[in-house]
Amino acid sequence: MVMLSRKWLKLLLGALGFYAGAASADYSLLNMTQGVTETSRAVYDLHMIIFWVCVVIGIVVFGAMIYSIINHRKSKGFKAAQFHESTTMEIVWTVIPIVILVSMAIPATKVLLAMEDTSDADMTIKVTGIQWKWKYDYIDGEAEGVSFVSSLHPDHNEARLLGVDADLERFEDTYLLEVDNPLVVPTGQKIRFLLTAADVIHAWWVPELGWKKDAIPGFINEGWTYIEEPGVYRGQCAELCGKDHGFMPIVVVAKSPSDYKAWVAEQKGAAALADASAGREWTKDELMVKGEAVYKTNCAACHLPNGAGVPPAFPALAGSPIAIGDAAAHIDMVMNGKSGTAMAAYKGILNDVDMAAVITYERNAWGNSASVVQPAEIKAKR
Amino acid sequence: MSTATATHDGDHHDHGPAKGLMRWITTTNHKDIGTLYLLFALIMFFIGGAMALVIRAELFQPGMQVVDPQFFNSMTTVHALLMIFGAVMPAFTGLANWLIPMQIGAPDMALPRMNNFSFWILPFAFTLLLSTFFMSGGGPAGGWTLYPPLSLQMGDGFPFMIFAIHLAGISSIMGSINVIVTILNMRAPGMTLMKMPLFVWTWLITAYLLIATMPVLAGAVTMLLTDKFAGTSFFSAAGGGDPVMYQHIFWFFGHPEVYILILPAFGIISAIVPTFARKPLFGYSSMVYATASIAFLSFIVWAHHMFTVGMPVVGELFFMYATMMIAVPTGVKIFNWVSTMWKGSMTFETPMLFAIGFIMMFTIGGFSGLMLAIAPADFQYHDTYFVVAHFHYVLVTGAVYSIMAAAYFWLPKWTGNMYDEKLGRIHFWISTISVNVLFFPQHFLGLAGMPRRIPDYAVQFADWNMISSIGGFVFGLSQLMFVWIIFKTIRGGEKATDEVWEGAKGLEWTLSSPPPYHSFNVAPEVK
Repeated sequence: MVMLSRKWLKLLLGALGFYAGAASADYSLLNMTQGVTETSRAVYDLHMIIFWVCVVIGIVVFGAMIYSIINHRKSKGFKAAQFHESTTMEIVWTVIPIVILVSMAIPATKVLLAMEDTSDADMTIKVTGIQWKWKYDYIDGEAEGVSFVSSLHPDHNEARLLGVDADLERFEDTYLLEVDNPLVVPTGQKIRFLLTAADVIHAWWVPELGWKKDAIPGFINEGWTYIEEPGVYRGQCAELCGKDHGFMPIVVVAKSPSDYKAWVAEQKGAAALADASAGREWTKDELMVKGEAVYKTNCAACHLPNGAGVPPAFPALAGSPIAIGDAAAHIDMVMNGKSGTAMAAYKGILNDVDMAAVITYERNAWGNSASVVQPAEIKAKR
Repeated sequence: MSTATATHDGDHHDHGPAKGLMRWITTTNHKDIGTLYLLFALIMFFIGGAMALVIRAELFQPGMQVVDPQFFNSMTTVHALLMIFGAVMPAFTGLANWLIPMQIGAPDMALPRMNNFSFWILPFAFTLLLSTFFMSGGGPAGGWTLYPPLSLQMGDGFPFMIFAIHLAGISSIMGSINVIVTILNMRAPGMTLMKMPLFVWTWLITAYLLIATMPVLAGAVTMLLTDKFAGTSFFSAAGGGDPVMYQHIFWFFGHPEVYILILPAFGIISAIVPTFARKPLFGYSSMVYATASIAFLSFIVWAHHMFTVGMPVVGELFFMYATMMIAVPTGVKIFNWVSTMWKGSMTFETPMLFAIGFIMMFTIGGFSGLMLAIAPADFQYHDTYFVVAHFHYVLVTGAVYSIMAAAYFWLPKWTGNMYDEKLGRIHFWISTISVNVLFFPQHFLGLAGMPRRIPDYAVQFADWNMISSIGGFVFGLSQLMFVWIIFKTIRGGEKATDEVWEGAKGLEWTLSSPPPYHSFNVAPEVK
């Protein structure tokens, strides 16, 4: 038996060596991030305190067990004692854990109260989870009125399809953690988030901010952050939300106040431009080019890039009666979605031009041939 | 003539089982039904395990190689449903059937026909559940917790899945009623409640938990059903309902369920450790009180599964404090087991190895549970691989290890044959090494930011996922050894004595190995 244990011990040490080898690649991958906010550092500290408490208790308990296993064995001729009760001991090991737990509960309560205090925010951003993307609305402050949808970056979206032999290394550490439109926030401001969802429950999580919170349809949750340093912070949806749950990342770009001002100006300029272009007549070619891009980001995950879909859950668009039939029904489907299915209402997600473009694209791609839809028609239906 | 009469008389007093397949379909014998339960659990363990291997195969490296995301989600969902309702719970019920009458000195369970019925519901329930994979829209893919609105997006299989859960629940409730009635009415003279073996005690408390919570689950899933088909809006904000309400109802069932899956394990370990330490269990009465405290606390901690849903801060504080309290009675149990080992005269046969493995690795799961109880830290841990690592430590190296320990411990009694000790030890060591390679790195993945239930991940998570998958395949395949060892023991082997183990105490060891078809026709006297 001793021989056997030695052999296993060697194997075990080998496995540990394997662990160490893999771990040395990036030590940060072993532990929670300290993050970039006061909150995230407080959470990290709590995590480390409770971790060390567990380690110390573990050493005592496992130490006693291992000592006993080594020494109190029949093969060494050890005779069993017959004690089986000790009220003193029972009290000791009830009281000591209670003391440890109370001393743990005090700092935890302090951090929790601070995390839940969303008062005195400098600005508010509404976050809406949608299968499978995020929508951001700037409610007040400099960027009031800015609103956009943030989806998995198209390059990543192509690389993650089943059976694609994609070179993932080129994305370095951002594979599946890159979006088309990141959430941009200023440093040095208390930002309040209002979280909700359009369809199912999602959860908004950026580890470096130190928390996650569920986004629940019909309800509004609150959270807040105060980022000190400019940087790019990545996270993803943390609540199972259907087929593409693993493919709805979050990217937060924190900019210095002056850079943030410039970004806001750019956004407002772009919005004005989009408004103006929605008024004019678009050619079919313009709509098709724009429509293909919109389709890839918003529709291809379910209806597939070639429009074949995955029936019956996700119907084919190529040759579909709606896509080649009356334009009004097609517009209604895209604008209002279909309840009880994963088909979302895109009214609040796409602007007039994007919606007109994607509908036109669906009506004229993959052998479909039907009418062109102009942005003005969408505007009229809102 | 006289010999014939004598034989007839013998038959009359101790008739054996019917022959052939009908024996198993019509049986009302606690041992036959126990065997059926255990066999069923083993089959479900392998089907659920195969699904886990599909998950680990997809996660072996980044990128999508094996299955599409929807099917991946149904694998995680059905793996959990099968392992919880199809493997661990029926295995414990099987052990209860085999052991409770033998441990309390009764001839059989109190309600034998209901016993037959509660088993035979199960194959239908799980056939129904698995059949949804062949329906339009596929199997359930919204997570085993079936949170709406996501679970309502399921295809044609939805009502079949709900019906399967109802059936499994009915089976559990009937099994529990049987356990309670048997324990309260059929104990041998002299066996007071505080003289019962701990396995009987933990099962008595578990049975009450089941009766209290299964109807709650049934109510929750029935509301899902009417939300989907009858136009109600229990869980839809658009109609005045609340999706979070479902989570409260579900976890009011779900948290006691966690203890349903572990309390009988505590009973098993409390039987095995004293046997191989050749020393009485330390703190018997504190073990009973600790079990009862855990059962009580399990009803007031449910919302720690929901720290991130946006509860009022007072609610979060309450559930954090209550959850931390559970560490106290659980700690008492661990300390008592260690004290039982202390100054014992230990030997390390396979059941003892699994029991020690249980104590150590269940404690690791307990530690991560304590970490998860700290609400602010849970905001980071929640829904990550850290949680996956936590509950697999308590369920695989906890509940499943206790079941394996029990199988090795009582198999010689049940079959009359000793299992192959060498193979048993090899099974233990391969399982224990691989299960840690499988689940320990998942702590790191979770802390580094990998959410659970995702089919593909950023490349920086690749190393640990690959290691975890290797561990998963070794662990999964090494369980075939378990089947082989059981098969071999049933077929034959060294004959077991009645006592089987040198330090074994309790009524079941006073019976012959294998025991008579009806355990105690004459009630033994307990002093």
